[in-house]
Amino acid sequence: MASDLPEPRELSRIDLSMPRTGWMDTPAPFKEGIYCHAAHAKDIEALGMPNPRDWRVTDDDWKLPPNWREIILNGLRERLEKFRSLQIFMDTCVRCGACSDKCHFFIGSGDPKNMPVLRAELLRSVYRRNFTRAGKIMGKMVGARDLTQTVLKEWWYYFFQCTECRRCSLFCPYGIDTAEITIIARELLNLLGLNIDWIESPVAKCHHVGNHIGMEPQAMKESIEFLCDDIADITGIKIEPSFNRKGAEILFVTSSGDYYAEPGIFTCMGYLMLFHQLGLDYTWSTYAAEGGNFGLFTSHEITKLLNAKIYAEAERLGVKYILGGECGHMWRVLNQYMDTMNGPPDFLETPVSPVTGTRFDHAASTRAVHICEFTADLLMQNKLTLDPTRNDHLHVTFHDSCNVARGMGLLDEPRYIIKKACNYFYEMPEETIRERTFCCGSGAGLHAGEDMELRMRGGFARANAVRHVRDRHQVNMLACICAIDRVAFPTLMDYWVPEVGVTGVHELLANAMIMDGEKERTLDIRGENLPGRDRDEGPSEKGEGR
Amino acid sequence: MAGMVYALVAVLILILVPLAGVQGFGLTYLFGVIIPYAAMAVFFFGVLQRIIKWSRLPNPFRIPTTGGQQKGLNWIRQARLDNPFTTGQVVGRMFSEVFLFRSLFRNLAPRMETGGTGVTYASAKWLWLFAILFHYAMLTTVFRHLRFFINPVPWPVTVVERIDGWLEVGIPQVMVSGLLLLLALGLLLARRLVIPRLRYISLMNDFFPLFLLMAIATTGALMRYIVGIDAISVKQLMMSLVSFKPVVIQGIGPLFFVHIFLVSFLLAYFPFSKLMHALGIFFSPTRDLANNNRAVHHENPWNYPVKFHLYDAYEKEFHDKMVEAGIPLDHPPEPPTEKETNSGQ
Repeated sequence: MASDLPEPRELSRIDLSMPRTGWMDTPAPFKEGIYCHAAHAKDIEALGMPNPRDWRVTDDDWKLPPNWREIILNGLRERLEKFRSLQIFMDTCVRCGACSDKCHFFIGSGDPKNMPVLRAELLRSVYRRNFTRAGKIMGKMVGARDLTQTVLKEWWYYFFQCTECRRCSLFCPYGIDTAEITIIARELLNLLGLNIDWIESPVAKCHHVGNHIGMEPQAMKESIEFLCDDIADITGIKIEPSFNRKGAEILFVTSSGDYYAEPGIFTCMGYLMLFHQLGLDYTWSTYAAEGGNFGLFTSHEITKLLNAKIYAEAERLGVKYILGGECGHMWRVLNQYMDTMNGPPDFLETPVSPVTGTRFDHAASTRAVHICEFTADLLMQNKLTLDPTRNDHLHVTFHDSCNVARGMGLLDEPRYIIKKACNYFYEMPEETIRERTFCCGSGAGLHAGEDMELRMRGGFARANAVRHVRDRHQVNMLACICAIDRVAFPTLMDYWVPEVGVTGVHELLANAMIMDGEKERTLDIRGENLPGRDRDEGPSEKGEGR
Repeated sequence: MAGMVYALVAVLILILVPLAGVQGFGLTYLFGVIIPYAAMAVFFFGVLQRIIKWSRLPNPFRIPTTGGQQKGLNWIRQARLDNPFTTGQVVGRMFSEVFLFRSLFRNLAPRMETGGTGVTYASAKWLWLFAILFHYAMLTTVFRHLRFFINPVPWPVTVVERIDGWLEVGIPQVMVSGLLLLLALGLLLARRLVIPRLRYISLMNDFFPLFLLMAIATTGALMRYIVGIDAISVKQLMMSLVSFKPVVIQGIGPLFFVHIFLVSFLLAYFPFSKLMHALGIFFSPTRDLANNNRAVHHENPWNYPVKFHLYDAYEKEFHDKMVEAGIPLDHPPEPPTEKETNSGQ
């Protein structure tokens, strides 16, 4: 896998000139390092999805059912009737090209089919051929073409090169959203059992066990208790979180990435420390243990299937509302889908912060609050004592995760927290942040090992902006509020911008937060020495007031 | 480039057809009355059908693309226009899209730095400028044409004409909108030809409307400035069409028939082409929905229940492990002294 990855210098020589052959006459190249492994039969079967069988991307025969064309075309017809978005996006594109250079995969690869307009045309050409009069009569002349196996494979290759980040949609004069097109195209591919392993396997585990990695209840509890041990070492405070506890006020849900892998676990320690300091009446759930929802990368039905557990568990435990951790696409689902798919949850109450009394009226129906909203409110009302000098060894920049940026608009809350917790914060160039942010290049289930070249190419634009602030402001820490970011960025930074670390916002907060009864901190959340806090040097001026 | 050639040929044929029809066969009634009526009917019913079709389709999910800060904590400033929460704010966003081309105005162009090590982004407002220029020139031109359909000419039309003719050169007066229209069309075409990415994605469907509109604007300009036509007769014809008592006045000149035939074709083509983007924007769910899904329930009309993995099944499977880990259960194990089976649980 990574051994075949070209050197950064080579990879950054990106040729943006167009091929000689027209796009309809250029089949997908199936270049190793760009695509992911095929989904396994057992996972497809576990979800009761169509055409379970083991297959290989490199095989000519993808073991499709004999009537595969009919399945796809009927599926497309059905979705044209069910989604106004799809019909509008098929009909209104004028190929103005505004989106054409907005995709991080195009910027990093130069492959013309990574231009959002052409990615959509892959589907649109088949739509024209089968569902419009002009396309039926005039065919290729008007951009229509038959659905052949070559076209189907091209769909697979390119719809699994889109991270559903919606950057193109922001710039489109008609709001055509490639994420929506990709979601539906993948839904069609799944009718034939054409998912990738890196998505299907977490989905199957999440469905059955409760989280992406298939961590069983006792293991999840242990894992979080390990983090509490680390917290005890650092702060002298022993935290004992509860699991599946009925009658808790709040159900806390986050991505499993936060409790099993670095650097996500440090963010998780941040949550645990914050909740302990507040004395929050909350519980974890081992059943609804996954906020992340790879169903979104599979189909609407699977999205709903996985998401349903959260409300079901909230009802079973009798909590008042849901608090959600730092995760990108989890919040796309919680913000734009959950209430519609599985709500409204009338058994819950409008969220109110038990610490400040703030009512989160903007979440009155979904009854789910983002932890950055929750914490920003605490800080605004001075409910936490922070010593930002503990983060003085960090020069921090913030990456807006695509889903919370363009599917929600959570932009200022995390910045507010970072600025309170850190003295050195620097923004990346304005064309690359907030609503114009670049994807990490590994979203939508593409953060596998075998597609490393794709990931490094896709993350090039983001990394390039990080390099800018590293060179200018000695930035050495990239903060984000997305679990996939936290998994994907360390590799991306190592490749493009060495020596820049990756953190969640609540890790920064917890590092700065002065807890009641804590011992003098000499270690940061990662268990590394806090610069300037060694025994020899002694603490510099700091406000350990409480 | 085949697409461009096809489109060009198609438009040339469309020019020749009425010339031959009127000059060769004297089919002035066909080209002056029947075809315009038919085109209007196709346009009207075609657009109506499309709008009905689109408006009947459900929006299962509320999926606006958020372009700024959400409405949340009351001390954080919401980007009302780019991340609307209320219907009023959505109207504001739509206004900015429809009349000001807000999204196009954001346009950025990445530039690869030499040496291949980095990329920077520069503002790129050319497309926005060309598009604004074209659409407003088109709007003004169409509006000016109302003088042929309404008698007496309403004062707003006269006012617009006066403003449009501010250059005050030539007789007849030069209408700036017409010239800008041709200029903008030329620029939009040039973009497609000069920028390799655009050339690569352009279809016949993209070149055809450009050529068609160019031909319409050119024939219009020719009539106004060079060939000269009998404007009184044209108005008589138009008024007769509008009042459904069609009379073809002789001696209008073939160029007029070319012009009206091309316009007729454009109208009939409109509902079945990408030109429907003009109405499609109003139906685009990433723009016309509010980002308030957490506050206000949105119903999916075809929502259906799914069989998700229930807690009971989960607990049954991991029962012993959960007991050992001290995780609370809905069905805790019976105390070992009990002889009863736990089927009653």
